[in-house]
Amino acid sequence: MSKSTKILYCRCAYSKVVPTDVKKEVLQKLSDSNVSFDAVADLCEMSARKNIPGEMVKDGQPLKIAACYPRAVKWLFEAADCPLPEKDVEVLNMRTESAEDIVGKLLNIESSSEGAQA
Amino acid sequence: MNQESLLRVLLYEGHDSNPLDPELRYEFLGAALDKGYSATRVTTLGEVNDMDEGTLVVLGDFAEKQPNASDYSNETVKVHFHDVGQKTTTEILSDVEQYAGQQDAQERKPWKPWFPVIDYDRCTNCMQCLSFCLFDVYGVDEDKQIQVQNQSNCKTDCPACSRVCPEVAILFPKYRGGPINGDVVSSDDVRQEKMKVDISSLLGGDIYAALRDRSAKAKSRFSKERSEDRALKERQKCLVKLQQNLDIPPEVIASLPSMDQIQAKAEAAQAKANAALDSNS
Ligand code: SF4
Ligand code: SF4
Repeated sequence: MSKSTKILYCRCAYSKVVPTDVKKEVLQKLSDSNVSFDAVADLCEMSARKNIPGEMVKDGQPLKIAACYPRAVKWLFEAADCPLPEKDVEVLNMRTESAEDIVGKLLNIESSSEGAQA
Repeated sequence: MNQESLLRVLLYEGHDSNPLDPELRYEFLGAALDKGYSATRVTTLGEVNDMDEGTLVVLGDFAEKQPNASDYSNETVKVHFHDVGQKTTTEILSDVEQYAGQQDAQERKPWKPWFPVIDYDRCTNCMQCLSFCLFDVYGVDEDKQIQVQNQSNCKTDCPACSRVCPEVAILFPKYRGGPINGDVVSSDDVRQEKMKVDISSLLGGDIYAALRDRSAKAKSRFSKERSEDRALKERQKCLVKLQQNLDIPPEVIASLPSMDQIQAKAEAAQAKANAALDSNS
């Protein structure tokens, strides 16, 4: 994977909308890999509190986010006054995709299909 | 209250530290996130976010080379290094909690995982949501653009405002179904939502008052006689359907204020919406 791509994992800690087995397996695989990554308890909470750190969305730095629907994630960042850059952001949906596909895309293990752009 | 979210834990497995046990790493990361902390894992590969305020607890197996915290702390970020050695997840978490306790006792408002988020790519600023919501969740900014102003007033599990939005522009990320949860909006979704808005305008746009009226009437011992009135019967049927369509939880209907208060609130919300619409036109 490109050295400058950051990875952000959302635990969706305060609800059951993301299947538990998927979110656990994604974290397990990330943890077992040799890459650096950031993880947050609940992006919705950070948006509600408007405390998404600005460093997360530096323009020009590719970012991959494992969370839920790209449209939801895009507007959660916007609501926190921390809009995602237009380019180089890939949101992977743990509500609909398998853990294997998500981790494959996070770590560029296979280039089968592109994740949705926010 | 979530005192912990100002605190970030960082598992350091870069230069000058030994790799952690994989099982401990995974277990600790999950446990820290479930406690509400932000967590970062650092290896020699890839990048992570910087930090410009808060408390950073750097955990690692530093052997003899634990760095000096004061070399990394500044006015806004307090850094602590902590050797995890042979500790268990529970022991490490309890160590981290001590640092959480050392943070400034900053007042933190409680939060509810249920609140609306507006998709401004779709929103036409029509103000339907503002005039519909009786709980002052919506307002307008200085440019008269609709915005979510009091998200904590939102009633848990009630997605009704997203149902009355004709553009399907209101999301509840933790809702079970699409497109309200952020799933892609299809033209069918838009058609369906527009239909519901039409039903609500048939009822005079005053859905909450009508629903409360219905539930009061249902309790009345005269409801049977009154329901002789065919029009009323039809209207009530329509309301049941509407309540189901809007997915308003019964607790929300039960907790609605009195008819007079509803009417006053609805008028105030409508006036706010009209003022915003007038100044936009
Ligand atoms: S952004 Fe999505 S995955 Fe993350 S907490 Fe919110 S609903 Fe859950
Ligand atoms: S009802 Fe929908 S389109 Fe109208 S102002 Fe509210 S969010 Fe925007």
